[in-house]
Amino acid sequence: MNAALWYLTRASALVSLALLTTSLVLGMVTSGRSAPLAEGRFVRAALHRTLSLVMVVFVAAHVLTSVIETYVDIGWLSALVPFSSSYDRFWVGLGTLSLDLLIAVTVTSILRQRISHRAWKLVHWTAYALWPIAVLHGIGASTADQPLVLGLAASCGVAVLSAGVWRLCAVDLDRRQRKLAGLQGWR
Amino acid sequence: MTAGRASSVRVDPVACTGHGLCAAWLPERIELDEWGYPIVDATPVPDELVAMARRAAKECPARAVLLTRAV
Repeated sequence: MNAALWYLTRASALVSLALLTTSLVLGMVTSGRSAPLAEGRFVRAALHRTLSLVMVVFVAAHVLTSVIETYVDIGWLSALVPFSSSYDRFWVGLGTLSLDLLIAVTVTSILRQRISHRAWKLVHWTAYALWPIAVLHGIGASTADQPLVLGLAASCGVAVLSAGVWRLCAVDLDRRQRKLAGLQGWR
Repeated sequence: MTAGRASSVRVDPVACTGHGLCAAWLPERIELDEWGYPIVDATPVPDELVAMARRAAKECPARAVLLTRAV
């Protein structure tokens, strides 16, 4: 039973990482306003939301199984209060921190229509911190050295880095249009 | 929104950041210019389209799509 929980913990962590990465990349693509005229743009935004919610389920499984299994001693409190775990205080603490951020991002997104847009956006920006903190937690707390795990981590890193570079370059998407409009003159 | 009461779509032009999602959800009332910004038809939305209009408002990343109730 304990072994099964241990494996579940690790498996749900890997699935969460893949989903978090996909969701973050889709979020960056949406906020960077790529191709507002493209056919599938609404699918992208819907996927961003759906995959994030699926990720929440996997993260919940990851946290629950980590607390329940007894190989390592992580209590209920340290699942929510960062750096309070007696086992592996720092690396587990990073995981807790990213869980708290995830809860904040999820709750504000569910309430997005009811709270101020600015508040939602401020909290949503912390997703950019959530990813590296969660990845550091994974690197520090994980005991896995299988090529599959390392490969997944590496591809997630490449995906987020390239999307991040694209996002930073995509701050003004109307630039090209403005240039063209200027060349055309007033109509 | 009470059924049978006409409502129409409005876009806050200052808040709009041109993601183009509203036009994907409500092409019956919103089309995009060549920059990807919405051109809105303020004709009241029929009952069968109200759900899609609400969806368009909900999906807007900038929360710039508004549904106004006709008096």
